[in-house]
Amino acid sequence: MDFNDTQEEAAFRQEVRSWLDANATRKSDDTQSNRARNDDPGLLQKAKAWQDKKAKAGYARMTWPKEFGGRGASPILQVIYQQEEANYLVPLGFFDIGLGMCIPTMMAYAKPEQLQRYVKPALHGQEIWCQLFSEPAAGSDVAGIRTKAERDGDDWIINGQKVWTSGAHYCDFGIVITRTDPNVPKHAGLTMFFLDMKTPGVEVRPIKQMSGGANFNEVFFTNVRIPDSQRLGKVGEGWKAALTTLMNERLAVGLPSGGLDIDELMELARETELEDGAAIRNQQVRSKIAEWYVQQQGLKLTRYRTLTALSKGQTPGPESSIIKIVAAPKMQDMGAFAMELMGHAGIMKEDVPFAAGFQAQWIGGAGFRIAGGTDEILRNIVAERVLGLPADIRVDKDVAFNQLGKK
Amino acid sequence: MNFDFSDDQKLLKEQVRKFLADKCPTKVVRRVLDGNETHADDVWKGLVDLGVPALGIPEEYGGMGLSPLEVCVAAEEIGRAAAPVPFDSSVVLATEALKLAGSDAQKKKWLPELASGKAIGTLAIAEGAQPPKPRNIRTTFGGGRLNGKKLPVTDGEAATFAIALANTGGSGDRAVSLVFVDLRQAGVTKKRIETIDPARKHAELTFNDATAELLGGEGEGWRLLERLYDAAAVYFAFAQVGGAEAAMWMARDYALQRQAFGRPIGSYQAIKHKLADCYVKLELARSNAYYGAMMLTEDGADLPLAAAAARIAATDAYDFAAKENIQTHGGIGFTWEADTQFHYRRSRLLALSIGGPMAWKDKLVTRLEQKNAA
Repeated sequence: MDFNDTQEEAAFRQEVRSWLDANATRKSDDTQSNRARNDDPGLLQKAKAWQDKKAKAGYARMTWPKEFGGRGASPILQVIYQQEEANYLVPLGFFDIGLGMCIPTMMAYAKPEQLQRYVKPALHGQEIWCQLFSEPAAGSDVAGIRTKAERDGDDWIINGQKVWTSGAHYCDFGIVITRTDPNVPKHAGLTMFFLDMKTPGVEVRPIKQMSGGANFNEVFFTNVRIPDSQRLGKVGEGWKAALTTLMNERLAVGLPSGGLDIDELMELARETELEDGAAIRNQQVRSKIAEWYVQQQGLKLTRYRTLTALSKGQTPGPESSIIKIVAAPKMQDMGAFAMELMGHAGIMKEDVPFAAGFQAQWIGGAGFRIAGGTDEILRNIVAERVLGLPADIRVDKDVAFNQLGKK
Repeated sequence: MNFDFSDDQKLLKEQVRKFLADKCPTKVVRRVLDGNETHADDVWKGLVDLGVPALGIPEEYGGMGLSPLEVCVAAEEIGRAAAPVPFDSSVVLATEALKLAGSDAQKKKWLPELASGKAIGTLAIAEGAQPPKPRNIRTTFGGGRLNGKKLPVTDGEAATFAIALANTGGSGDRAVSLVFVDLRQAGVTKKRIETIDPARKHAELTFNDATAELLGGEGEGWRLLERLYDAAAVYFAFAQVGGAEAAMWMARDYALQRQAFGRPIGSYQAIKHKLADCYVKLELARSNAYYGAMMLTEDGADLPLAAAAARIAATDAYDFAAKENIQTHGGIGFTWEADTQFHYRRSRLLALSIGGPMAWKDKLVTRLEQKNAA
């Protein structure tokens, strides 16, 4: 057992480091200055420029086939690139959904000339894609969407509303799942399309989140007309296409990085005086620190097991399905606990060491437990796919969508 | 990145697993639980034939000279079967104590006996109520004679020898030493004691001027014990991972088969989420155990921290799986005839015998503080 690269991996890591050194600034030890740049208003333009540079050098999507600008490389090399890139001050995150989920769905269903048109600009950061799935009445049960698409000659007319659409306010294109037949059971009446976000009738309204940020949006469709050529997959087979997208989502979700963790919690516990002395000497505090340390290590090492499989060219086991189930509540609970250590001052936004950082975890954790699959849905997935337990009995299974809830 | 066992190690694991599935089904665990035998000697002899006690013993001492990783895969399978054999006591604790602290003469004499299964060793630390500490050990060793009482001692009846912690007159942590004592002598009395896990027999050992000798330096007992427990924590973690996995699948199989309100109980989220949590804890434990094994193998600087993390995660996983296995079974799971009790009992035994989670959490943070200070 070891954590070492193979010869090929080590050589590649070296190549990546040289390239990053030549093209980006390495992060300093000072986390403050590393973070400050994320508030840069010109971030999107910088991110696009960085994405273009990366794509030109062949690092943007290494696992993609060469014809689409990839290298047909093993996923482990892409991981190595990302590990190294994380040490540099570069703007990231705008392209993950598009390249991780939307374009792979396009690759599975779009026509060759459409791929010719859309893949390259997406890869080079010139066009950004979003995923229009969730709706006000369909979150975890995403097949329950109501946005409808009706056939009109060679076109389709879309009406309805999407929500929680990450990045829609800066996206150029999107893939959208619609209901084309409400007279059949819900999974059977769906169809997937892609569309230009500037198509008349598409309106994007940002949603201010509890954290104060506004990365999510509501997207309204009012008589949006798109040609049938923008359909992905067959009419009524949208669910199959959506599963392609969502399967890629599972690969795209990683660990949130850069937040405060055990080291900062320990420093806080050393500096905090409780009734019986420094908090770090208190057994309750020590128990908590130990439990979160075991989780933190467990997640890191679980990821190493997955990477081992990738490095050997094998399919990883299901172990990575635990990551968000553990990471999200840990983030929330540890944030709340650290704030408790600070006493009443734990609510203050300034002048208290670590307060803002742990508050961000506490707030962010509440969202992270929901985004990309709730704690509850992820447990269902583990129970069904890993342990082979039966799916829930569905009262909506054989009922036409428009008859649901009417009995 | 190569954070996995080798194909050879996986093959060994498969071999031990097959043997135990065949020769140590739950009815053998029940036989020992209900009966009088000290352990399942038929299963133990088979494991000896497979070479399990010899795996981690150097070739010069009659063993197979393999790495800790081989012992880890065997431990996982022993744990999965809840096998009623002296693995934790003899293969882990006694063997590792001799390897760690034994003189060349002691190793030459006893390691080959352990490797061949001729001898069974055990560790004798606790003295009844109160967790053992250097200041509360009353058993004394002096002038080559051991006096005092040790309980509970795992496999105390079956064991050929014990390694005991005894007061040797120093002060502070240096008050105690490890002492090797042959149990086949007039100065030793063995008495079976009742415990929560009758599938693993325990004894009270009384020493009355028993002939004994130091194992390791005088006054070094506590320091050696801490190091021994770090290695043991890793092996125990694998046994706990194996047990947790077995309990989880036992619960899952029952949840598929048992119907309530017109459907399998495994289709209810209350059961599914509980079992998903078993899986989450199991994988956290497995990953931490792997790192413990890796540090143990390369004698890495991170071993004390990795061992503590493996111990805490594995204890949590096994405790949780064992108790929720009973819960998933409902009333039948609480009967004497159900197999659920084996893991419930074993999980508590393994959780307590080398120090419970609270103590290990405290140790982990101490080690984290030391690492950060360094």
